[in-house]
Amino acid sequence: MSQDTINTTADNRPHDGDPNAPVLEVENLHVEFRTRDGVAKAVTGVTFDLLPGETLAILGESGSGKSVTAQAIMGILDTPPGFVTQGSVRFRGVDIQALPEKERRRYRGEKIAMIFQDALSSLNPVYSVGYQIGEMFRVHRGASRADAKTKAIELMDRVHIPAARQRVNDYPHQFSGGMRQRIMIAIALSLDPDIIIADEPTTALDVTVQAQVMQLLADLQAESKMGLILITHDLGVVADVADKISVMYAGRLIEQARSLDLYSNPAHPYTERLLAAIPRVDMKGQELYTIKGIPPNLTDIPAGCAFHPRCPYAQSICSEKTPPLEVVPGDRRSACHFWKEVLDGSLQIR
Amino acid sequence: MEASRSDEPVLEVRGLVKHFPLTKGIVFKRQVGAVRAVDGIDFKLYKGETLGIVGESGCGKSTTGRLLMRLDDPTEGQIFFHGEDIAKLSGKAFKAVRRNIQIVLQDPYSSLNPRMTVGDIVGEPFQIHKEVAPKGSRLKQVQELLEVVGLNPEHINRYPHQFSGGQRQRIGIARGLALRPEIIVCDEPVSALDVSVQAQVINLFEKLQNEFGLAYIFIAHDLSVVRHISDRVSVMYLGKIVETGDEAQIYERPSHPYTQALLSAVPVPDPTLRGHRDQIMLQGDVPSPANPPSGCRFRTRCWKVQDICAVEEPELIVRKGLDHPSACHFAEIRSVIDTQVAT
Repeated sequence: MSQDTINTTADNRPHDGDPNAPVLEVENLHVEFRTRDGVAKAVTGVTFDLLPGETLAILGESGSGKSVTAQAIMGILDTPPGFVTQGSVRFRGVDIQALPEKERRRYRGEKIAMIFQDALSSLNPVYSVGYQIGEMFRVHRGASRADAKTKAIELMDRVHIPAARQRVNDYPHQFSGGMRQRIMIAIALSLDPDIIIADEPTTALDVTVQAQVMQLLADLQAESKMGLILITHDLGVVADVADKISVMYAGRLIEQARSLDLYSNPAHPYTERLLAAIPRVDMKGQELYTIKGIPPNLTDIPAGCAFHPRCPYAQSICSEKTPPLEVVPGDRRSACHFWKEVLDGSLQIR
Repeated sequence: MEASRSDEPVLEVRGLVKHFPLTKGIVFKRQVGAVRAVDGIDFKLYKGETLGIVGESGCGKSTTGRLLMRLDDPTEGQIFFHGEDIAKLSGKAFKAVRRNIQIVLQDPYSSLNPRMTVGDIVGEPFQIHKEVAPKGSRLKQVQELLEVVGLNPEHINRYPHQFSGGQRQRIGIARGLALRPEIIVCDEPVSALDVSVQAQVINLFEKLQNEFGLAYIFIAHDLSVVRHISDRVSVMYLGKIVETGDEAQIYERPSHPYTQALLSAVPVPDPTLRGHRDQIMLQGDVPSPANPPSGCRFRTRCWKVQDICAVEEPELIVRKGLDHPSACHFAEIRSVIDTQVAT
């Protein structure tokens, strides 16, 4: 495990005052799913922190553990089969993982809120959207029905849903995909959380609507200084909004860097190959670069570096020793034995 | 991509229309309207060429694909395959034609029968078109097909669930290739795949095209994938083609406001361009195809809208100062994506 990243605020003392202290610190998080087919290690030793107002993207392909990480932070993992086996999640210094469920509930929605990918299945079809937005105020703040509804209308206005007053009693199916996602955002925003976790918020949307929703999130973030954790597989969206990027592969963080650095000079072969695999203008008519093979099954992650069977630079050490997430110059990290060589491009493709 | 382009199109579509009726009542159904999924489109497809069709959900691109396959019957219009109208064909004559147009579907999880082995799935077309492969040679043909698409021919007795998403899409492609068609309609063939696997499948499509001289109708919403694979691109909006041209004309010199907005909305995987992109933010959503706006269908979201747009529907023609057809009264070229993207 990456020893070097351990922050020594092990006690549960909230750090007050310091406005630049991280709002969220995730440390050495491990999640496993105990299934009939064996134990799937969905998340292995994930460590990162989020500063106030910052946008962190967690980038990965399906099965890389990015959504499970989010669920573990929110404490909404399906248990069983999913179990957090190790690690801590600290919100302003308080380890919320260790809190009893009753107290933890106060953090969920109020301090950390989440936006899900599929708004249609995340919203309840038999309640009006106004009811569902207002629910946050009724449950967390004990507001009356009438007050909750007024608040709901305000929020719908804030996320630019036209004719909010008329539409507050409509049901989710009466809204378009983009509008439904706005309702999800309204629910997440309702209690002014410090952090919003958006799990593939625009994957189900068309590009023109995606642009609107991403713009809305950026505006809201600028207004309220929330931290945003954006979970996505879309390299385009990430490049547009993220300050910092964490790349996951087979449950591990394999690279972490500021957006510009990551795109211009990746320090891990997986990131490098992934960026190379996007079709681009100057590749027209040529074969695309590919990553051979497929992502590993989480019940059977390859020994050593999980990426080594697909890595064009792999050497014998890669199948023997798991590379730690090492600190790389320029405030970044990489979990590759050969990050130096990857950075200066001196590796030869096998 | 040097497409060997002959003068005769393999496929030509004229005035293709598909309206799905909206009915009311249970016993006495009466038609109260129609969803105008495809509302009069024309295009040509040449041998060995890839025509990309892009647009947002509900624009009619998938319906177009289904109509070409005659999975749905067109309400109006003609589909010429080598000069023969197949839109109204039936029976034996139709079966003979259909062999030549195959489809690869989007979702490799639901488009393969989970109870059939890979061999059965890929070999099933031979049971319908017996003349393509005599009984004795079928097994061999299926194995060859699997090899062509990069699967292990020994896996012929496995079931779909034993394969990954990318491999399943290869099975779908092998099935599409089985009858050695001239045209393959690819309906979002890579959108369910991860980036690292997507590139493999795109390369496979290109390899097969070069090898077999296939023509593709490539339907997708991912504009960079379409750009990579297509020779020509048609942009659809609410059942109409709004602009069509070769890849450079559409991507570098788009003239229809919708094309410009669509292209500018695509996030570019390059953080150095953040804030420097000329992004056009469209307001609102796509109107319902059951009740499209009068005149130009894009006018409700267009920033160039004038009175004429509500009255007169703009035709898809080459307009003054342009080198490719555009269905906008006020079409003018505006480059919205930075073509100087750092390499």
